[in-house]
Amino acid sequence: MVTSHEFKLPDVGEGLTEAEIVEWHVAVGDVIKVNDPVCDIETAKSVVELPSPYAGVVQELLVEVGTEIQVGTPIIRIGDSVVPSAPSPETSAPQAEASAPQAEPASGAETDTAADEHEQPLTLVGYGSKEDAVVRRNRTVSAPAAAAGTGVLAKPTARKLARDLGVDLATVTPEREDGVITTADLEALANAPAPSETPATSTGGERREPIKGLRKQMGQAMVDSAFTLPHVTIWTTVDVTRTSELVSGLKANRDFADVRVSPLLIVAKATLLAMRRTPIINSWWDEAAQEIVFKEYVNLGIAAATPRGLQVPNVKGADRMSLVELGAAINELTDVARTGKTPPADQAGGTFTITNIGPFGIDGGAPIINPGESAILSVGAIKRQPWVVGTGDDERIEPRDVCTLALSFDHRHIDGEAGSRFLADVARIVGDPSTALLF
Amino acid sequence: MTEFLDPSPSHTDMVQLLNPEGERVSHPDFEFSPDRPEDEAVRGFYRDMVLTRRLDVEATALQRHGELGLWAQLLGQEAAQIGAARALAPQDFVFPTYREHGVAWCRDVDPMQLLGLFRGTDQGGWDPDEHNFGLYTIVIGAQTLHATGYAMGVQMDGLVGTGDPTRDMAVVAHFGDGASSQGDVNEAMVFAASYNAPVVFFCQNNQWAISEPVEQMVKVPLYKRAQGFGFPGIRVDGNDVLATYEVMKSALKRAREGGGPTMIEAYTYRMGAHTTTDDPTRYRLSDEVEAWKLKDPIARVEAYLRRGGGASTSFFAKVEAEADELGERLRAGIHALPEPDPVRLFDNVYTELPPELQEQRDGYAAYLSSFDLEGASR
Repeated sequence: MVTSHEFKLPDVGEGLTEAEIVEWHVAVGDVIKVNDPVCDIETAKSVVELPSPYAGVVQELLVEVGTEIQVGTPIIRIGDSVVPSAPSPETSAPQAEASAPQAEPASGAETDTAADEHEQPLTLVGYGSKEDAVVRRNRTVSAPAAAAGTGVLAKPTARKLARDLGVDLATVTPEREDGVITTADLEALANAPAPSETPATSTGGERREPIKGLRKQMGQAMVDSAFTLPHVTIWTTVDVTRTSELVSGLKANRDFADVRVSPLLIVAKATLLAMRRTPIINSWWDEAAQEIVFKEYVNLGIAAATPRGLQVPNVKGADRMSLVELGAAINELTDVARTGKTPPADQAGGTFTITNIGPFGIDGGAPIINPGESAILSVGAIKRQPWVVGTGDDERIEPRDVCTLALSFDHRHIDGEAGSRFLADVARIVGDPSTALLF
Repeated sequence: MTEFLDPSPSHTDMVQLLNPEGERVSHPDFEFSPDRPEDEAVRGFYRDMVLTRRLDVEATALQRHGELGLWAQLLGQEAAQIGAARALAPQDFVFPTYREHGVAWCRDVDPMQLLGLFRGTDQGGWDPDEHNFGLYTIVIGAQTLHATGYAMGVQMDGLVGTGDPTRDMAVVAHFGDGASSQGDVNEAMVFAASYNAPVVFFCQNNQWAISEPVEQMVKVPLYKRAQGFGFPGIRVDGNDVLATYEVMKSALKRAREGGGPTMIEAYTYRMGAHTTTDDPTRYRLSDEVEAWKLKDPIARVEAYLRRGGGASTSFFAKVEAEADELGERLRAGIHALPEPDPVRLFDNVYTELPPELQEQRDGYAAYLSSFDLEGASR
């Protein structure tokens, strides 16, 4: 009989409820001693190393790196020996669950269910039981204190205010997660308009949506990028009539029968060509290592609006693709993204991003660099506009297809000269695709 | 002028008897003169420090295992604590902070009782009178007032300056650099000076008040503040167990003999986090930690013992085995700690429980037992 232990995520702070696995220090099959470090976790307060409470063989890592999990969730199974390939009945259930594809980070609710299927999660003395934690999170359902009927939680100042206002504390829904009614709750109540029977349809209210999942990740990524990297944005407006003509021509080409050809494809190709002359655009500032990492490959990210928010899947090895291959790859990527099912692998490892804001009718903007990269190109709407063509006596104004390209780059290691050269090169190619032969 | 105000130590103003390389150095005012043969005393210090460090490391791991709610780490401060505690006479009384695990060790407080406090199974754990060691005080600096008050009581009991070294008593107030900014600490010093109370203010300057560097608030060296209160202050290398022992011994002797208070600044370094909830990488550079690792309090004693032949190889192996044993005992013991009995809240508050509290206690006990009657667990 193989015995095994599951190490459940402890509360390493004081009253923390969740943490994220940052890095595993062990792999399945490793033999470990008590207090050997098994992983790093990041909580709201700190990054800490977790030592193993058990000695033995690592049988399974139950949580993937980057996943946020609740305190009490089993994270690793350690046994006296490796579990045989045919798992015994009692271990098969958790194994199946853990090996299920984790394309999406588990939401809090899912994690709770998973944890509840196992034995009762370990709770530290002085911290609420797991059920309490669930109640706390689902505060929109009902005020836990009132529901429990065990009296209301409120500080003396709040109690006095309630008396002064003539409010029954039991009828107040606290804003705080722990169910404690604050003076702010009471003030809000006092200032609120007289309650109507159907508050959901009343105007002028507000709706609260939890920040989680993709939105949460994206928000953090944007904050990290915008406030860490010194962004410089430059732009240029270019006559892309010849690119429009090229797109029409390619659409008639039999090789492109199965590919949706768009100006974006030509811009993507132009980007890849221009990078050859200015490779630092495709590099990355590695702050930890104090090195600039030059990538000898291009994973071209295409920002896509999806039902779940912005996603940036990337075309791996875009620089080695023919125009047909590149077009097909971009089509597939955006199609999958629009269904909201882009696997994490397709979003990881990007080296440069193009954001196509043209479809929204926007000319230009200052895009935020995708974390892990150094530059991002925005492609504006292609509009028919008056444009000066010809020279000398031949100079005249003509309606042309005009587009604005904007480039944000990391000014720590990319100088204005390099960024300008790169953007000018892209503009030159989309202005006259025949110049692509020069690159 | 600037030299005088520089709070970092120079060779002239910090007592050191064993340097970071493990070499003995001499000092005009202090000489290592333990109460037993020199090597035996140093071996004892070494063992105390190694076991205290193991207790600390093991408790930190237990917190990460989810077995403790919190742990305040002492890593790096072993010499300051062991030196200060081994200089005590049995009758001296100590008021600790929540980090004095090394002092608790020397006062024979079972480490399991420390774990019980941080696990929340107990509010204190030990009987202060049994060990002449007060309960851990979480309120920063509050214990310095308790110490001064206790020392004033000792005076009134006539236990100072009788000339009987087994009877005269000194009181120790432990605190840190951060606490030195607290009103309590300053008030305690004013009263101690006013009454010439037999108290030693032992400040472990570990350089960090949680995330605030000591330079932020200490503009003249900490020990020089004592002069303003009217008693001597002295700075000792807090990573040198020999010097700390000697300096503490002289301050305690002075207090017992009726000489009044002394402030000792043990210049040391908190190599770990403030507590297990803290992440020092957010506010300090690892360069600083690396520099202090070279001044490790245990490494220099080991170097001294090995080089000078003060201890055999088997001695080090034996201490190591003892540390492993301690680790196992703590890991196994943590699960055996009893669940707290809520009614105990009423104990040890009053010598004689007032009737209204007695009534509350009985009511509470009856309330708790009602769950048992219904067959439900509480």
